[in-house]
Amino acid sequence: MAFVDYYKILGVEKTASEKDIKNAYRKLARKYHPDLNPNDTEANKKFQEINEANEVLTDAEKRKKYDQYGENWQHADAYEQARQQQGRSYSGYQGGGQQGGYNFEQFGEDGGDFSEFFQSMFGGAAGGGRRQQARYRGQDFNAQLQLTLQEAAQTHKQTLTVNGKNIRITIPAGVENGQTIKIARHGSPGVNGGPAGDLYITFMVADDVRFKRRGNDLLATVSLDLYTAILGGEITADTLTGQVKVKVKPETQNGTQVKLKGKGMPVYKKDGDFGDMYLTYNIQIPTNLTNEQIELFKQLANRK
Amino acid sequence: MTTEQLTPVNEFCSYHRIEYTVISTFHDAGLLELNTIDQVSYIPVYELPRLERMIRLHTELGINTEGVEAITHLLERIDMMQQEMQVLRNRLRSYE
Repeated sequence: MAFVDYYKILGVEKTASEKDIKNAYRKLARKYHPDLNPNDTEANKKFQEINEANEVLTDAEKRKKYDQYGENWQHADAYEQARQQQGRSYSGYQGGGQQGGYNFEQFGEDGGDFSEFFQSMFGGAAGGGRRQQARYRGQDFNAQLQLTLQEAAQTHKQTLTVNGKNIRITIPAGVENGQTIKIARHGSPGVNGGPAGDLYITFMVADDVRFKRRGNDLLATVSLDLYTAILGGEITADTLTGQVKVKVKPETQNGTQVKLKGKGMPVYKKDGDFGDMYLTYNIQIPTNLTNEQIELFKQLANRK
Repeated sequence: MTTEQLTPVNEFCSYHRIEYTVISTFHDAGLLELNTIDQVSYIPVYELPRLERMIRLHTELGINTEGVEAITHLLERIDMMQQEMQVLRNRLRSYE
């Protein structure tokens, strides 16, 4: 656990007045505030640091302790115990964590969590000076859910544990990568009778080795041997629902794309509607030809 | 709309320790919908997340109501652009 230089974080001198600190905090907060940087985890992290620095430097007792021990913060409690045992009067800080009972988990976002350094030195929110963000409605929760393409193609149920509660949700077929759904009132509870926040679940749909997805359509490349490409025939191709037989026209060119209607992804919240699948043929030129085969190709070449 | 989905403006203002004029300014700017029943103003529940964000910008960052108005419009544009970017990213993945 490293020492945190709160003055450096706010960009102020150690002699800075309360007003200087407030101004520096506000200036940085305007840049990194989570409300101004939606979905930006780096800005959120930076805001947590700024918030923590402000918390310490605008609280007279915390600042005094921080200034007194600085980089020797690890010995702060030991020093204090020794001083108290020696009967010296000390009217400053009153021991970390004595007030305890503060639930940090409720500040999972928006600059809520304090560093280990802070918690070690000040014992959670000791002193009760924690500045809580103004919320009447409960805070929203955000969660990510990983899905395979196969899972995203089927309506199915999953059980999530959010804040100790199990929630069973139905994931409609056809969800897109990065799509977010809202589960109303499953965020943190409101204050003073305010409504609970919502739970937002963002789906991360993993790439599939067999298919690429473009909207509701699926793309795949299939190998086609030269003879089938020239003479035509039938191949089997993988789809999300199993293998299908596909007729190949004679004289099929390399890179030809064929559409398998309705074999793509299900359309989100439109039962019975599906995208298409596009197969691109990658014609394989035979290798390790026998002398006879080479001779036959030469004959063909001479008859052009 | 049932009363469960409405929050009285005075209760909201008292919790946030803000003047009613802050709410009415946002309402006048078209940023907030209010419902009036029996001469009492209520905030629909679905407006609370946006309203509380505006209050935070106003009280925590010292941004005036005109500034909050401009930022709110910009944030809505950012949200739309982020959604558009996600769609384009998904399309790009199919070419990789």
